[in-house]
Amino acid sequence: MSSQPTLIGMSGDTLREAFGKALADLMEHYPNVVVLDGDVAGGTGTHHVRSRYPDRFYQMGIAEQNMMGVAAGMAATGLIPVVTTFAAFSLRAYEIARLSVAYAQRNVKIVCSHPGLDTGPDGASAQSMEDLAAFMAIPNMTVLSPADPVEVRLATKAMLDHQGPIYMRTGRSATTRLFDEKHRFEIGKGQILRSGSDITLIACGVQVARCLAAAELASKMGISVQVVNMPTLKPIDEALILQCAKETGILMTSEDHNTLNGLGSQVARVTARHCPVPVFCHGVQDTFGESGEPEELAEKYGLSAPSILRQLQDFLAQHRN
Amino acid sequence: MNTQLLARQVRRDSLKQIHRAGSGHPGGALSSADILAVLYRNILNLDGPSRDRFILSKGHSAPALYAVWANSQLIEHEALQGFRKLNAPLQGHPHVLATPLCETSTGSLGQGFSVALGIALGYRHQGLSGRVFALLGDGELQEGIVWETAMCAAQYKLNNLIAILDYNKLQSDDRNSNIIGLEPLTDKWRAFGWHVLEVDGHDHDALYEALSQTYDKPTFVVAHTVKGKGVSWMENIPKWHGSVKLTDDELTRALEELGEE
Repeated sequence: MSSQPTLIGMSGDTLREAFGKALADLMEHYPNVVVLDGDVAGGTGTHHVRSRYPDRFYQMGIAEQNMMGVAAGMAATGLIPVVTTFAAFSLRAYEIARLSVAYAQRNVKIVCSHPGLDTGPDGASAQSMEDLAAFMAIPNMTVLSPADPVEVRLATKAMLDHQGPIYMRTGRSATTRLFDEKHRFEIGKGQILRSGSDITLIACGVQVARCLAAAELASKMGISVQVVNMPTLKPIDEALILQCAKETGILMTSEDHNTLNGLGSQVARVTARHCPVPVFCHGVQDTFGESGEPEELAEKYGLSAPSILRQLQDFLAQHRN
Repeated sequence: MNTQLLARQVRRDSLKQIHRAGSGHPGGALSSADILAVLYRNILNLDGPSRDRFILSKGHSAPALYAVWANSQLIEHEALQGFRKLNAPLQGHPHVLATPLCETSTGSLGQGFSVALGIALGYRHQGLSGRVFALLGDGELQEGIVWETAMCAAQYKLNNLIAILDYNKLQSDDRNSNIIGLEPLTDKWRAFGWHVLEVDGHDHDALYEALSQTYDKPTFVVAHTVKGKGVSWMENIPKWHGSVKLTDDELTRALEELGEE
């Protein structure tokens, strides 16, 4: 588990495109899967499904509430509906996901692109900083945020194999490919991608690549950073969190999401109860974003690798005594 | 049991459940009793994988739904004792894991209608012939999702979807027209691409006639009803929408008016 990942470099593929291709490929083997779109198939990756399986692709128009209710109903007939839109707009259907999907334990998969600052120039209206928090708060809902195109592909298959409602975040921007074809994904499990002894960085989504880059920068300064990929936010891998808490004695989380009630809160909830160690919840600090390229936004809002390193150093300095 | 007797039992058992629970919504349960009796006695075919489905989108009329089940031998009559009680299946609003007959969990207005569309679309996708009925309240039509669903059903020409409106003209606080008015209602639904029928929601023959037909479009049946129907001092009074506590004396007087079991 602690072996170094194969860093393959920029694949050019976004998480949303990886998702759309994976889903279209998998649908050959999952005849009950149908896909619902809210007029954003070009943006979510499901245009791959539309072209390959037009009779299993349902256009619901710009009406997310009804789209979610229809998904719940189709699931009630034995189908596996995959609901796709932008993360911010899924919040519009949140209460329908709560009652008609999760409370009824419908086998609906909600997969959303355009999460966080990774959304970029569309600006704050489309940059969801709240989706992980919102969907984690719903009982019965599993919440995933995979890190690279390979992991998205594996998570998409795991999602279809799982019985029950799932919320999964993809991404909008070109992503660093972190994993090779030997990578394994299991719902509820994280992995140590890089071993270290001074602090553990636990990340999800696009922040995993940035944390690995920050760890590399840190190593040149003599700081040994362990990096954990945590693609399942709920149910969280408590055993791995506690292992890291014991190994490094101090944790930092990182997410392209509001730090209120996201990955950091999940990690801190576990450590506070079972192994109290300092935890720094790093991410978007309870603010809206703005227009800009994703890497510019990452720098301005403190999500970039150099910024992670600076904040990590400050945090370690505070706790060195 | 004919539909008239069934409707009477639904009314009696609805009020008994609400009285025993100490809370619940009598007005809409009484207005919808005839619709439920006709559906469950003469319309719905509940057998097999392509069964008809009925969804009570106006979930607060749950006691009437539970009563029609109990009097149609779909659940034990004894189960009505547990309405709204801890550790009992009959939830304050229908919950599909507790009572699978309800098809989906409702209680947040507008959602059951959208889920009904999803079932109708799922049936069509799989070549299943059953019809899907959703009973809506009039205040419920103020929810935006209802109109999203209305547009979608017309787009997909889902003629296996039948919405019935329990049009008693009252909602929780006041008359619809004093809250957010719904008229011209039939014009709206026709303009949204639905086949629209208007019936007296307490006339069993008229209900049967409307609900037994299949049309080439999704169907919207406006059932004109009286809120609190059958109990004179509840009729057309918003306060009996609920959630109210029925006293022993009120229950006795109401059951006397409704007539013998």
